[in-house]
Amino acid sequence: MSDQLVFAMEVFLNGLMAGVLYALVALGFVLIYKASGIFNYAQGVMALFSALTLVGIMEGQVPFAHVINATFGTDLHHFGWHVPGFVAILLTMAVMVLLAICVQKFVFRHLVGQEPIILFMATIGLAYFLEGVGDLMWGSEIKKLDVGLPQGINLMIDETTFGWFGYGFFIDNLDIVATIIAALLVTALVIFSQYTKQGRAMRAVADDHQAALSVGISLNFIWVMVWSVAGFVALVAGIMWGTKSGVQFSLSLIALKALPVLMLGGFTSIPGAIVGGLIIGVGEKLFEFAIGPMVGGATENWFAYVLALIFLVFRPQGLFGEKIIERV
Amino acid sequence: MNDMTHDSYTTEDGRTIGGVVMEMKNITLRFGGVVAIENISFDIREGEIRAIIGPNGAGKSSMLNVISGFYVPQEGDVFYKGQKRPPMRPYQVAQQGIARTFQNIALFEGMSVLDNVMTGRLRQMKSGLLAQALWKGKAEAEEVANREAVERIIDFLEIQHIRKTPVSRLPYGLKKRVELARALAAEPSILLLDEPMAGMNVEEKEDMSRFILDVNDEFGTTIALIEHDMGVVMDLSDRVVVMDYGKKIGDGTPDEVRNNQAVIDAYLGVAHD
Repeated sequence: MSDQLVFAMEVFLNGLMAGVLYALVALGFVLIYKASGIFNYAQGVMALFSALTLVGIMEGQVPFAHVINATFGTDLHHFGWHVPGFVAILLTMAVMVLLAICVQKFVFRHLVGQEPIILFMATIGLAYFLEGVGDLMWGSEIKKLDVGLPQGINLMIDETTFGWFGYGFFIDNLDIVATIIAALLVTALVIFSQYTKQGRAMRAVADDHQAALSVGISLNFIWVMVWSVAGFVALVAGIMWGTKSGVQFSLSLIALKALPVLMLGGFTSIPGAIVGGLIIGVGEKLFEFAIGPMVGGATENWFAYVLALIFLVFRPQGLFGEKIIERV
Repeated sequence: MNDMTHDSYTTEDGRTIGGVVMEMKNITLRFGGVVAIENISFDIREGEIRAIIGPNGAGKSSMLNVISGFYVPQEGDVFYKGQKRPPMRPYQVAQQGIARTFQNIALFEGMSVLDNVMTGRLRQMKSGLLAQALWKGKAEAEEVANREAVERIIDFLEIQHIRKTPVSRLPYGLKKRVELARALAAEPSILLLDEPMAGMNVEEKEDMSRFILDVNDEFGTTIALIEHDMGVVMDLSDRVVVMDYGKKIGDGTPDEVRNNQAVIDAYLGVAHD
């Protein structure tokens, strides 16, 4: 087997793994869009915020330390305890649920029936607000996140592939874990939305508000639930990205990578978000590998968007999106 | 006959009509300066078919929306099963067992007929989230029971052949029937029908009338319906409330209402000089 082909296979696998992380962020967008018709620009910031909160809780940081110190002239930094990863994740989830309740109570409940563009603008405001709160609460320095996920090269794959091809693939353990977690997450979400009462109610609300009310579904409750689930997905994405590249404010920009994923997969499809993420992940890695050297590299910055643009022209509803039928 | 007693009686065709299940007392509803409903009182008895009729703009739909909680009246009280009902949101009213259909049909267009009717059973699903997800124990029995109830209603309304069809592909008349099926699936103590015959041809109207009568007969469901087609209503209902310009101008059996001068004037017009 030629070296080029073996390299390409490694690139392909790494692309799949990167795609899983894109898909995780895209999933959060799809969930909220499906259930409430809101395109949630703040999804990326929610991932950042959850990662910040997680690190803060684990390290026993005092929230709003800067504000408190500036106001009272104190010198607080840390409580002096360390919270184990698992407990911290549960506490962070509680914070995300609280956030969901606040978002619904103070923002979207007052915007029921408004144009989608108004709701979208509200989520932009929410994104910057949340970024500011995250900064104020936990500070803006880059933090290391380690909840105990395995990292570094997977030696088994390295040795096996070395035995086959005489070249060991470099696959990061963290990427493998992320893939498994993403698969579990998607399975759980599909079961939730297809087979449980709350999932059915969520689909009903997404379809028709008035009809949902008439069968006894509380819109408020469902929306809080949806934002909580989106918060949970954001937390998972935040843990993965945070472990991989540190918890820093540029994390909120990964949300932008989710946009081409959504254009590819369709805004309303959970499988679409997954497949779209994988296509973008593999596509940009392979493109960089094959064409990158000819055009001077750095194709990963734009490849996804060009691919999405091409898709928009030929299949505007995305791969799995609901078909747009124009009635004349 | 509208004597406000709570005694039950038997109709000519042998159905038992029970005591008052819902009572509207001095209901007034305003939108800004416009009075949609002005000081109206009437009651609905258990097991009867109660119609609210009136010309366009009489306030019938507003009245139905007050009953189902979509509008909150400025004055007056709603009594349900003998209890005064506090101001409620529509979903709470639905959870109390008041199901409704809409004049302009509100179905879940993206779901199949079966899934639509199943949403009517949400109130009956009580097992825990995890049990439902894992399909274990009580959840399984519950799901099976719910499916059976839904299939019975689907058979009853003769929509078996479209069970798996997405609702968005159905013609108007069938959509109306699916909406009725979803409301029935909730096993409501009061079923509210908002213009069930609107926009239908004669044949469809006859079908719908038959289904309404059969539902009432078979399940003993209390039905309150709105119509402006007087002919259809008179054949269906046990008692009729007539509204005009937000006021009640008649209340009684179809025969009493038909011979009421105010009703005749409202429908046929009267010379103002």
